[in-house]
Amino acid sequence: MKKILPNDNNPFFDEKMETMTRAQIEALQLERLQATVQHCMNSPFYRKRFEEAGLKPEDIKTLDDISRIPFTTKQDLRDTYPFGMASVPLRECTRLHSSSGTTGTPTVILHTQKDLEEWAAQVARNLWMVGLRPDDVFQNSSGYGMFTGGLGFQYGAERLGMLTIPAAAGNSIRQIKFITDFGTTALHAVPSYVTRLYEVMQSMGVDPRRDTKLKVLAIGAEPHSEEQRRRIEDMMGVKAYNSFGMSEMCGPGVGFECQEQNGLHFWEDYYIVEIVDPETLEPVPDGEVGELVLTSLCREAMPLLRYRTRDLTRVLGRTCPCGRNHVRIDRMRGRSDDMMVLRGVNIFPIQIEKILMTFPELASNYLITLTTDEDNDNMTVEVELEELFTDDYRRLQNLTNRIQRALKDEILLTPHVKLLPKGSLPVSEGKAVRVVDKRTVYQ
Amino acid sequence: MNTLKQLSIFIENKSGTLIKVLELFSKAKIQIIASTIADTQDYGIYRVLCSAPCEAYTILKEHGINVQLTDVLAIAIEDEPGHAAMAISALSQAGVNILYMYSFLWKGRGVLVMRTDESDKALEVIAENDMDLLNEDDFII
Repeated sequence: MKKILPNDNNPFFDEKMETMTRAQIEALQLERLQATVQHCMNSPFYRKRFEEAGLKPEDIKTLDDISRIPFTTKQDLRDTYPFGMASVPLRECTRLHSSSGTTGTPTVILHTQKDLEEWAAQVARNLWMVGLRPDDVFQNSSGYGMFTGGLGFQYGAERLGMLTIPAAAGNSIRQIKFITDFGTTALHAVPSYVTRLYEVMQSMGVDPRRDTKLKVLAIGAEPHSEEQRRRIEDMMGVKAYNSFGMSEMCGPGVGFECQEQNGLHFWEDYYIVEIVDPETLEPVPDGEVGELVLTSLCREAMPLLRYRTRDLTRVLGRTCPCGRNHVRIDRMRGRSDDMMVLRGVNIFPIQIEKILMTFPELASNYLITLTTDEDNDNMTVEVELEELFTDDYRRLQNLTNRIQRALKDEILLTPHVKLLPKGSLPVSEGKAVRVVDKRTVYQ
Repeated sequence: MNTLKQLSIFIENKSGTLIKVLELFSKAKIQIIASTIADTQDYGIYRVLCSAPCEAYTILKEHGINVQLTDVLAIAIEDEPGHAAMAISALSQAGVNILYMYSFLWKGRGVLVMRTDESDKALEVIAENDMDLLNEDDFII
């Protein structure tokens, strides 16, 4: 089945949608919001939610009426695990993605075939926007499996017609061989992995500017600063574009930078973007930092209404010299919950706490410190000794090693574990400060 | 009892942590006879022989300090070259491992303080070789 593509010299993948005026965007959003809310009546979860809120689909008369719809949270996804939120029968679904669920009940996101096609179209739109065409070779050095960065970019790059290499994550030497042998021109990876690839290239005597055809990098899934992006661009001699996605909305594709590199265009034909104060849940004015709230407008299997992403960001503008009037969103500036994102891995302090509690040698206080070391995220976990049970260093070191291994099994990366005497860590009044983020990305 | 009570105190490798401990000894008028610190990057163990180990232990505990009372062996040797080697060689030949050791001068004689992996066996070796094992009474000030 041949998909119709624009001419190579057209800057737009979906010209009609991408170049809408604000008025056209808003008219389309209202129409799609009304349809989505109506469709959500098929979901047991939303039907009940609407009843409780005294809301009927026909109450949504203007875009502002979205404020009458209750927020959806990650907890709602857990509570309805696995299929309680679906708006279509399971036989209409063709894909399931799930979170790892290390912090409790996992979450499930369902897709119909149309959802998958729309998702691929969004990713293709993004990649086209930054200049990629069917002649390009796209290497996806992202984790596959349940992680949506794998299949999401795979299908999107194929939809655009590129030769697509599902290289997956890891094995840097093989990755570099693919890049040089296959003439890879575009690569998707988490930013820290790009830095790693560069280091390995250097040790192999590969100069990315001289020995590769790379011109575009798509980087995302872990927070990074503007300086980090510029360093990556200088190292690799390419343009690096920031990508935003979340499995709840589909995956990558939700937002992407255009060639202006001044904020991520969030596709407003697919989503309604709100920025709210995480305390009051009232909208904040453009330019002010708040929590990103997304409503999907085209999803069939599992539309989500006013989903609280917990990501903190702000609106940069609603026009752009690139000709797209889809809202421009700043890079993510942190979280309104305590989730940490390290090297692309999402970690909650409770996961760490749960592991530390299994060690009777330790007191209950602990402190997690995140630092940036040569563009890599590092975690130090400081713990207090409950009783000095030995005066033998080897046994203390053995304890530290066991804690480190247990944490690694849980959070998939190896923190530095620092054993402290009891009472060394600050005791805070009220809510304990468990995480100190000294990374440069949020500064 | 043929062993000595030593205090092992867990301290953070950071300025100001040692003085906090020393001030508690000072306030309680407990004299330190010998002490040694071994450190790692993050923490240290401060090992102390003092005039009143059990009292010091209680005081340190009350102040929330990580402390352990550890049994160590102390033997007196002549303050002359070769005597330490003789003592250690006897233990070594018997297959006793020393986990740590420190030494000091006490009333004109050398004292070797050590923790071994098998203290019963170490005591046998000490007795067989007629070494001068010290006990608490030897350190009454």
